[in-house]
Amino acid sequence: MEQGRATADNAAASQNVAPATLPATTRSRTDSAARDSATRDTETSGVGSASSGQAVVDWPILVLVRTRLIEFTRKPAAVFWTYVFPLVMMFILGSAFRSQGNTHSEIGVVTGPQQAELVDQLSDSPELKVSSLSPADGLNQLRAGRIVLLIRPAPEGTVGWEFLYDPARGGGRLAELQISEQLRESHGTLERLPIITTPYSEPGGRYIDFLIPGLIGMTLLGGGLWGVGYAIVDMRIRKLLKRYLATPMRRSDFLLGIVFSRLLFMFPQVAMILVASYFAFSVKIHGSGLEFAGLVILGGLQFAGVGLLVASRAKSMETMSGLINLAMLPMWTLSGIFFSYQNFPEFLHWPIRLLPLTSLLDVLRGVMLDGASCWSFPIELSLVAAWTIGTFSLALYLFRWSD
Amino acid sequence: MLHSVAAQPDQAFAIDCRGLRKTYPTRPPVEAVQGVDLQVHYGECFGVLGPNGAGKTTTMEILEGLLPATAGQVRVLGRSWDSDAREIRQRIGVSLQETILSDDLTVQETVRLFRSFYRQAWTVDQALASVSLQEKANARVNKLSGGQKQRLAVACAVVSDPELLFLDEPTTGLDPTSRREVWEIIGRLRAQGRTILLTTHYMDEAQRLCDRVAIFDQGQVIALGTPEQLIRSLGGDHIVRFTCAPVATPQQVEVAEEPWLERLRQLPTVSLVEAEGAEIRLACQHLPAVLTALIDLVRQEGRVLSDLVTRGATLDDVFIHLTGKRLEGTPES
Ligand SMILES: Nc1ncnc2c1ncn2[C@@H]1O[C@H](COP(=O)(O)OP(=O)(O)OP(=O)(O)O)[C@@H](O)[C@H]1O
Ligand SMILES: [Mg+2]
Repeated sequence: MEQGRATADNAAASQNVAPATLPATTRSRTDSAARDSATRDTETSGVGSASSGQAVVDWPILVLVRTRLIEFTRKPAAVFWTYVFPLVMMFILGSAFRSQGNTHSEIGVVTGPQQAELVDQLSDSPELKVSSLSPADGLNQLRAGRIVLLIRPAPEGTVGWEFLYDPARGGGRLAELQISEQLRESHGTLERLPIITTPYSEPGGRYIDFLIPGLIGMTLLGGGLWGVGYAIVDMRIRKLLKRYLATPMRRSDFLLGIVFSRLLFMFPQVAMILVASYFAFSVKIHGSGLEFAGLVILGGLQFAGVGLLVASRAKSMETMSGLINLAMLPMWTLSGIFFSYQNFPEFLHWPIRLLPLTSLLDVLRGVMLDGASCWSFPIELSLVAAWTIGTFSLALYLFRWSD
Repeated sequence: MLHSVAAQPDQAFAIDCRGLRKTYPTRPPVEAVQGVDLQVHYGECFGVLGPNGAGKTTTMEILEGLLPATAGQVRVLGRSWDSDAREIRQRIGVSLQETILSDDLTVQETVRLFRSFYRQAWTVDQALASVSLQEKANARVNKLSGGQKQRLAVACAVVSDPELLFLDEPTTGLDPTSRREVWEIIGRLRAQGRTILLTTHYMDEAQRLCDRVAIFDQGQVIALGTPEQLIRSLGGDHIVRFTCAPVATPQQVEVAEEPWLERLRQLPTVSLVEAEGAEIRLACQHLPAVLTALIDLVRQEGRVLSDLVTRGATLDDVFIHLTGKRLEGTPES
């Protein structure tokens, strides 16, 4: 009898009978107990109640990542802090430090023969603001974006003038037209002198150029600490971590899921900053885009590690907020998000460079502003790698799922 | 493990724990569980009852493999947590006392997430059907009522079609209707032949759902058996409750006097007499005889009888008898 029942059981199982509709008939309480004791140890598949279970085809890690993404997109506050806040910051700081004078073009004339005459003629134009500069100073000001065009005597052996400006930045071309116009109107002798235009682009010299990699680093830092660290502590407090622990979920799936989903939030975040800063301020990546992307991922991982470490033991939001501030504050102030750490006294440079954000920003700026290869920063790269590996290992060692 | 092959526990138990102890290393240390033995049969619905802080959750979490025990042996589905943790987890379903599921997910997404952790499982629809939550499949968790949230927690626990189900206080904080709904769900799960271990504060719940119950107090099992057995241990099926003061000083009686209680114990078929303040409780076998005798006695002694209530004995009475405490939230009568 029991034997027969058990067979019926299995038959029902293979048809995937809905549990709510057929429970009592497929498994009576007594036969299941008998079957359990009789066959449990010989069952190899292990999944016991051979009732109506179906093989699960979902990959836990993908479901975990997907779930995190859904949760994230449904939290307007999280979306604001992740995507809108950095842009707001960029516009506020970017316009505060932007070179003034959109109504007239600021240009520089390098000292040399006929310089005074030229300055005189050009100064008559209401559209031009002219200053006389030394050759080195002129280049510096052009690089820093304080003037849009620099006029200097043509190179040795030729007569006339050389105009230097960055064709990619607005302003330079306009200034050139304004100058030609002015020279024509003044009917002076200077008009007939030949003019050479030299495209001049010195990568990333303006404040906004300096700021953008800083903001990117800042969002990576915040993302790791809030998006990974805070999220985990929140789940621990809600006993959700404990609840997951009661399932066969692989812990590595869970942690990787958190880290991957963080990296996924990060791409649009960085892309938005880059796109907005390109259109608003013509900020460009001067080095390899691939290296830049690699650095962003590395930075994202590094701060995911820091977030994981900070979250490994914290049991309350108060503790966690304190720890997050403790981790963020030194990097916000010292690592050079908004201004270079070179401004600090010399003896502080080394400790500052040991902070995870400093190394990352140094490489990011090298690639983005100077067009350097990231491989020319072996020390910084090693430090970032060390922080990543170190924080992940320590976090995994310390991590507590419940209390 | 200390456990030798010779002492292999009986494979017929879904849960077998012996000499279980848990001391939390706080200052001062809390001995939350102090030597608990529990054997739960396959297919049984076993209730763990007890007041706040009795050690119910601690015991459950040790059995669920979430907390290490300080001492004692635990076997779940014939296996040990030390060697077969993943295998056990595939086969059990758990609902913790205080998990807060993610507010921003829908019911369906939540169940789907839990489902993905198992090798085999019901479909999401099946799991929701088993807790009658289909019509809320697309609702956000934060839009659910307390009872619906609790049912969702049960759905997450049963989605893997587990043989053994742990439910920690599945109905605490629910209104009577929602409690009844959860009872029905548990009843159905039980009828499917699943082994269920549940904790509760509610004696009526245990009496209604459980094949056997263990009453916990201060980290120990103070009574174990079927609800009927425990009630019978009171020695009477009926409870008579009343207050009764001497005529002369009707307002002044704060505590029933001992000689008077002693005379009540002499009444026919009375097995138990307890006083709680001025209120007296008798357990007895033969109600009409006791009532007649009681009224005679009251008249003889010139007392005033008031607030007389009679009812069938419940687990609640067992609990009060054993601990002198009333369970929190237990409705009177
Ligand atoms: N993490 C912990 N650290 C220290 N002590 C704890 C911890 N968890 C529980 N306790 C203590 O252990 C004892 C038993 O707690 P437990 O949660 O097991 O009780 P319970 O029977 O589930 O109570 P309730 O009905 O309130 O849920 C209590 O005295 C409690 O204060
Ligand atoms: Mg509890």
